[in-house]
Amino acid sequence: MQISRDILTRSYRAMRTIRDFEERLHVEFATGEIPGFVHLYCGEEASGVGVCAHLTDTDTIASTHRGHGHCIAKGVAVDGMMAEIYGRQTGVCRGKGGSMHIADLSLGMLGANGIVGGGPPLICGAALSHKLLKDNGVAVAFYGDGASNEGSTLESLNLATVWQLPAVFVVEDNGYGEATGASYACAGTQKDRAAGFGMPYFECDGTDFFAVYETAGEAISHARSGKGPAMLHVHLSRWYGHFEGDAMTYRAEGEVARERAEHDCLVNFRKHVTEISLLEGSALDDIDASVKSEIDAAVAAAKAAPLPEEADLMKDVYVSY
Amino acid sequence: MSRKSFRQAINEALRQEMRRDPRVILMGEDVAGGRGGTSGVKDAWGGVLGVTKGLLTEFGEDRVLDTPITEASYIGAAAGAAATGLRPVAELMFVDFVGCCLDQIMNQAAKFRYMFGGKARTPLVIRAMYGAGFNAAAQHSQALYPLFTHIPGLKVVVPSSPYEAKGLLIEAIRDDDPVIFLENKVMYDDEEDVPDEPYTIPFGEANLTREGDDVTIVAFGRMVNLANQAADRLEKDGISCTVIDPRTTSPLDTGTILDCVADTGRLVIVDESSPRCNLATDVAALVAEEAFDALKAPIRRVVPPHTPVPFATVLENLYMPSVEKIEAAVRSVAAYRVKEEA
Repeated sequence: MQISRDILTRSYRAMRTIRDFEERLHVEFATGEIPGFVHLYCGEEASGVGVCAHLTDTDTIASTHRGHGHCIAKGVAVDGMMAEIYGRQTGVCRGKGGSMHIADLSLGMLGANGIVGGGPPLICGAALSHKLLKDNGVAVAFYGDGASNEGSTLESLNLATVWQLPAVFVVEDNGYGEATGASYACAGTQKDRAAGFGMPYFECDGTDFFAVYETAGEAISHARSGKGPAMLHVHLSRWYGHFEGDAMTYRAEGEVARERAEHDCLVNFRKHVTEISLLEGSALDDIDASVKSEIDAAVAAAKAAPLPEEADLMKDVYVSY
Repeated sequence: MSRKSFRQAINEALRQEMRRDPRVILMGEDVAGGRGGTSGVKDAWGGVLGVTKGLLTEFGEDRVLDTPITEASYIGAAAGAAATGLRPVAELMFVDFVGCCLDQIMNQAAKFRYMFGGKARTPLVIRAMYGAGFNAAAQHSQALYPLFTHIPGLKVVVPSSPYEAKGLLIEAIRDDDPVIFLENKVMYDDEEDVPDEPYTIPFGEANLTREGDDVTIVAFGRMVNLANQAADRLEKDGISCTVIDPRTTSPLDTGTILDCVADTGRLVIVDESSPRCNLATDVAALVAEEAFDALKAPIRRVVPPHTPVPFATVLENLYMPSVEKIEAAVRSVAAYRVKEEA
């Protein structure tokens, strides 16, 4: 499969940005300066980026409570995200949403979502908008193996098929819904679920950018061409707990270390593109350095940014009231 | 201007708004009714009580969407469509079914604007029928407007007549926030003169259906009619009432309620929703806090008992507020005199 240098460069940069953003949050959260909860996407970067590489601002995605990666992959500004996570007035949601609710509708990012299974119904609606407004857009629901069992998700698979919507359902299967294993909580298979609703099923190794890029391309093309929805089942692993502070006592010793050592999407991407001379190592080094500065600057700016004011409390409950 | 039923007034509001704005679409269970059936008649029902009859014929299958019986997905789809450029009117059929899709209303549609820092608009209307009086029993008879009123981000409309229904529904469709529009199922055949042309009635502006000197009655939805009937009877005995139809429970026209209580000093609230944490308790708290000095008698609430809605007619009649119960409450507050201190 041919992938342009531009897409490769942008995708590597997006994956590196997610990794550094999340690793930095892991460190900063431990200082106690970040309010609330954060759920990190480390280890899963290739999934969000490989899918969103096929999307434009016209297309819509809905995310999960593990949403930072999807936001960055869809182009949400990193400084605005960081400020939001710090609860600042300059945040992308003006400090009113926090980590679990980052959204930018102008970019087709319909929000991270604090409710498991909250996104798939919304994506049916976004896909309906794309269909009726005839903008050639597709709508993509990211959700986890946990959310794949929610009634709202299963209803959405049905509705999207009944209405023949341009929707893609991306199951990011990291093996755990919070602390409970998917091997316990998910009956049957995702493949059989897709077949049960009569939609095509694709699956891939979510730690391999090239695998995600290729299969997501097929699923999205199917939906965009008006043939109805598709399911993409992405197998991956999260490197941190369900939320920061989770000691992961439910995971075998060495499981995460092995994933980090063997399935690091950034390491494998670099190895692949340099071996076959698609990109030079020095170009990737430049991206790494540039992203590091960007994250440093975003954290510094967030820490220095003003807090919301009392008047902000009552703002924006309604358009008018 | 012509005589129209509550049902026709709603149908006309939908039709006129769909003609005006191609982004307005309908979705819900059997809003057309008949797709996939063997008769080939695609709008066989036009809604379970015929409210949306004929709209499929005029606007086609893309804009009048029958849904599977899956409230979470299609109410959520309506919210998602509203956030991305359409102006959906979703029908929930019986408001009791909100139990199947509350997340999409409460945690999604209602929260988008605030949670996303003012950057979302969700011009969504959810229509549903409510209320007892139909022998529909506990799962098809509730008056759940307090549930929605409780949730910041939602607007809640409870129309009291065909004229009110048309103007308030057009306002709801043109509004940029999520609106819950609740139709009392006993009222669909009620008739009155309704203008043929489109018109709007603003939210948060109460209507005084009559003005009097002695007692203020605040009533919601169908209860406005019962309150007016009670006021007619009381007038003959020299007790004159103001009857307030707030029209919307969120926003609530607190100013008009307080002004009227300041004038009469006596307040009866008629609310057919379950009595704990309902609109009657809300209005009573408002008046106790803001107009204590004006009160000449205790506030009385005419509300059902704290039970599910019963099935048998005899029990349902006992359950519901009635003209007689309103009349008795008004007489008791009108006769009340503060005891002289010893």
